[in-house]
Amino acid sequence: MFNKLLIANRGEIACRVMRTAKRMGVSTVAVFSDADRDAPHGLMADEAIRIGPAPAVESYLHVDAVLGAAAQAGADAIHPGYGFLSENADFAEAVAEAGMTFVGPPVDAIRAMGGKDHAKALMEGAGVPVVPGYYGADQDDKTLRAEADKIGYPVLLKAAMGGGGKGMRAVTSAGEMSEAIASARREAEAAFGDGRMLVEKLIDKPRHVEVQVFADGRGNCVHLFERDCSLQRRHQKVIEEAPAPGLSDGLRAKMGAAAVAAARAVDYQNAGTIEFLLDTDERFYFMEMNTRLQVEHPVTELITGQDLVEWQLRVAAGEPLPCTQELLVSRGHAMEARLYAEDPAKGFLPSPGRIHHLAFAKEDQHIRIDAGVAAGQDVTAHYDPMIAKVIVWDKDRDAARRKLLEALGCVEVVGPTVNRDFLLALVENEDFRDGTPDTGLIDRMPDADFVTDHAPDRTAVVLAALRILLMRQDAARNRAERSSDQGSPWHQTTCWRLNDEAHQDLILRHGVAEVTVSASPAHGVYALTWAGSLDEGSAPSVSGQLISGHGLEAEIDGRYVSACVVLVGNEISVFNAGHESRLSLADPADTGDEIGRDAAAFGAPMPGKVVAVNAVAGEKVSTGDTLVVLEAMKMEHAIKAPVDGTVVAVHYSVGDQVEEGVDLVEFEED
Amino acid sequence: MSILKSTAQPTSAEFRANTDAMQGVIDELHATVSTIKQGGGEAARTKHTGRGKMLPRERIRRLLDPGSPFLEFSQLAGHEMYDDPVPAGGIITGIGRVSGNEVVVVANDATVKGGTYYPITVKKHLRAQEVAEQNRLPCIYLVDSGGAFLPAQDDVFPARDHFGRIFYNQARMSSLGIPQIAVVMGSCTAGGAYVPAMSDESIIVEKQGTIFLGGPPLVKAATGEIVSSEDLGGAEVHSKVSGVTDHMARDDDHALATARRIVGNLNRVKSIDIDVRDPQEPLFPAEELYGVVPTDLKKPFDVREVIARTVDGSNFDEFKQNYGTTLVCGFARIFGYPVGIVANNGILFSESALKGAHFIELCGQRRIPLVFLQNIAGFMVGSKYESGGIAKDGAKMVTAVATVNVPKFTMIIGGSFGAGNYSMCGRAYSPRFMWMWPNARISVMGGEQAASVLSTVKRDNIEAKGGAWSDDEEAAFKQPILDQYEHQGHPYYASARLWDDGIIDPKDTRMVLGLAISASLNAPIEETKFGVFRM
Repeated sequence: MFNKLLIANRGEIACRVMRTAKRMGVSTVAVFSDADRDAPHGLMADEAIRIGPAPAVESYLHVDAVLGAAAQAGADAIHPGYGFLSENADFAEAVAEAGMTFVGPPVDAIRAMGGKDHAKALMEGAGVPVVPGYYGADQDDKTLRAEADKIGYPVLLKAAMGGGGKGMRAVTSAGEMSEAIASARREAEAAFGDGRMLVEKLIDKPRHVEVQVFADGRGNCVHLFERDCSLQRRHQKVIEEAPAPGLSDGLRAKMGAAAVAAARAVDYQNAGTIEFLLDTDERFYFMEMNTRLQVEHPVTELITGQDLVEWQLRVAAGEPLPCTQELLVSRGHAMEARLYAEDPAKGFLPSPGRIHHLAFAKEDQHIRIDAGVAAGQDVTAHYDPMIAKVIVWDKDRDAARRKLLEALGCVEVVGPTVNRDFLLALVENEDFRDGTPDTGLIDRMPDADFVTDHAPDRTAVVLAALRILLMRQDAARNRAERSSDQGSPWHQTTCWRLNDEAHQDLILRHGVAEVTVSASPAHGVYALTWAGSLDEGSAPSVSGQLISGHGLEAEIDGRYVSACVVLVGNEISVFNAGHESRLSLADPADTGDEIGRDAAAFGAPMPGKVVAVNAVAGEKVSTGDTLVVLEAMKMEHAIKAPVDGTVVAVHYSVGDQVEEGVDLVEFEED
Repeated sequence: MSILKSTAQPTSAEFRANTDAMQGVIDELHATVSTIKQGGGEAARTKHTGRGKMLPRERIRRLLDPGSPFLEFSQLAGHEMYDDPVPAGGIITGIGRVSGNEVVVVANDATVKGGTYYPITVKKHLRAQEVAEQNRLPCIYLVDSGGAFLPAQDDVFPARDHFGRIFYNQARMSSLGIPQIAVVMGSCTAGGAYVPAMSDESIIVEKQGTIFLGGPPLVKAATGEIVSSEDLGGAEVHSKVSGVTDHMARDDDHALATARRIVGNLNRVKSIDIDVRDPQEPLFPAEELYGVVPTDLKKPFDVREVIARTVDGSNFDEFKQNYGTTLVCGFARIFGYPVGIVANNGILFSESALKGAHFIELCGQRRIPLVFLQNIAGFMVGSKYESGGIAKDGAKMVTAVATVNVPKFTMIIGGSFGAGNYSMCGRAYSPRFMWMWPNARISVMGGEQAASVLSTVKRDNIEAKGGAWSDDEEAAFKQPILDQYEHQGHPYYASARLWDDGIIDPKDTRMVLGLAISASLNAPIEETKFGVFRM
């Protein structure tokens, strides 16, 4: 076994690999970019080495930097994780040349499976069913069109070097073909520097079922059953499960055998995944082989009880496979959901930002959380915005699905917008529940399932208000502790009034809707009433206390509620019973824009000479654009557009001497 | 330390009768105050809020630290004093907390006669400033006033303690380092214009606040110039051109938030150099005060029952317990602050006065704040006592009270009559604060005594001239006097005229004293130099 393993990756997979390495007594080396200085993977490793600035091409994709770090640390093996350099044959070769072991397949196998057209041809030769298609070298548009006609529409046009859905188009008729080729090629060239296209039969309502294979250097090759990864959004997997629901034992065995045959065809070693498309008539077609550990490998681990990273390390170290095919059994059902910092309501746009709070379900034999970021850290735009994988196992599919709902309900993220509620909607989806997922399911989901910012319910309003009230109590207590008369009744927060009852107010907002909550303290509890465009109601008896971190144990009219309420500045996130609501506390001091700004103050601030005129009559300008520059008292003074608007007229030109107060330009606000 | 015991029997008929009677006057007080808090009535309030303005008590709530107390002064100011009602005297004043600082708030109520200054309004404003100056509390003026109430100009404008004194006080306090902050939330006309102008820092609400020496009608009459209020003295003019105001605010809420920010930047630290302990609740519930104190002033009660329900842990270290027993003196704590308590337990004799003077000397020497619990019919009269020099012994106590420099707090819990009022730190003796319970009475002597004195004089006159005066005639003579004393001795009458700082529910005694003592400690406790004690 290796002495020291460098993990050429970041995030959850780096942490995941290190967990196994540490258990096996292999010391670990992490690499990190400037953006990941405080990232968990660096903190978890026995040593961590900076490999460059934030952009991946200058760090995690930088072969020399990674190899340099490995040499510096004295590592004898490199695990590439997934993504980044994991399927880069040149890198694997360079690792070997540097005298280290690449924890992955042989360079030739990577190359063989790297080009999709080449791989398909190979597979066809090995008797593995492939999707009818054209993988030829002749890339003339005419040829592609003719081949498509031959296959029969609809067809899928794909970049030969593609992945991740880039350079991919579904084409339903011959008329659309030319345009589709042009745009797919443009995208492929931009993404991979290679515009070569292949054409395939488009399978109707296909399922994406993949088989995990493993081979050692001694001629052993097994499969570890299949995974269903049909729930995809633009070819990005969202939820994966194992085993694939509704497969007959015969089909399962056939797919397993085909996958092993595929691996053997390229003299494969280490972990690999054969992706198949499965149509509604139980026909399956080879799509591609991933020559690395997959993101979704944990579901296979949970149904087989095997540690795939351990297998990888053992095989790479020259050991035989830990297990024969006969000894591998699939038990129960596992699912994985990928939690991303992205906004489903905005077309899944990545939502980078500081993570202020991050909490998951407690891990046990049913729930596993593979996370690679921690609270206080930023999700940056430089890398994949995945926050964690929520993985569950239970005795059957329905139990696992319920477990996943439970585990996702416990996910709490404050900071970036996340796809948690979308995942919950997906797990609740009828087709998914019934075990008939297909790759088009997400496209058919109703708009409501993509909403991330749900209107708070009554309990959320009460919890948010209580959190603010407790914060105010805390603030008063802190102030009291700092004062020279801690017992002063002025520190009290009971709204005491002479000969009168009193209350305190707070205004909560959700979007443009707002609610004013009045809290009257009496006998250690608050009586709340609220009204406004957001909600209206009352809760006569509310009390509670903050517990470790963001926990809030509340009693609302005799009902106990244990929730998590996170306060970041004036932003309040309420997590209660699997629901998240976001509110903000109105701050009267924050009026949005500057008060008393003059929309049309374009007078010369003092006598001076016009030294530049950028404004052109009739032109539109944006806030902050410099319109005229004046020189006076040895200083330059820029007259800027206070808001977006149009320059109506310019009264002076360069060289003019102007008096204080004269209007330099005429401006019209938009 | 000695813990007071209570002999009160909450189940006794007397206790319950007392409770019912006290509850009656408290209910009446709450009902009266509740009406006063409606300000200038439904129509005026609707008009006010319809302009996007907050009502004055709402403004104060938003100004203060959320949830913090507000010790309001003289809620009954102006009560039944004028032909028209002037609720709370048209101005709301009190001590509250802003950004952790105790401050005096003075808020005009524009729903009451447009926030104009009646004579009582002026008096209440000046009293609030006096509180601020004595206790060194920053002043925040929430201005929304049309200026002096012109029909009463002779009672508002010219004298020393009239309108002009407001600005005199602002200047003097500013010179003493007591911050003066104005928030212009409505009109600030004529003299009122000086409130923001005389302030250290001022805020104005845009399209709502105006400041001018002469309003548009006056300008037109004087010079013929026609100008709108906004162009004459709006937020734009004063924040951009004249410089009368320093900050522009979007609305009331924003203006109040700005005021909070200003106070947060004052760089004030309240440093207390007296021995403060952790507070302890009294051992007996405050509500029992209703039962231990009869509303009939003729019935005596042991004032220690009141002390036991007011001070920390009901701990009271009595001084000269067995001497001059009609005056109870001793050391205790309220919310952890050390206090010397001087409380009546009967008529004042020479010994009680001497004991009181001695005890006040101790508190002066030790810099311990004094709390007076007044329930006094007066000094003992009669030849024995006059020849015994009760006048000079009373004078010793009055000298001690007048010249001691520690903060003094007076609570009238029963009668406050004659020289007893003086020796027990009545209003004339400048206690920092003075309050009355709703069962209390205040006058130069009791109504019955006054009627008797006057009828005796009258009878002597009639009989000296050989006339006769029937009992019926005498009763008819006495009745208006009794009525007058009852009317004028009533706490509402007293509080309306600012003879005190307000009427409080007895169960709030501890809280009110605690807030007041704490606020008073914003000013250092000065050394005392007593006057000559006639020996």
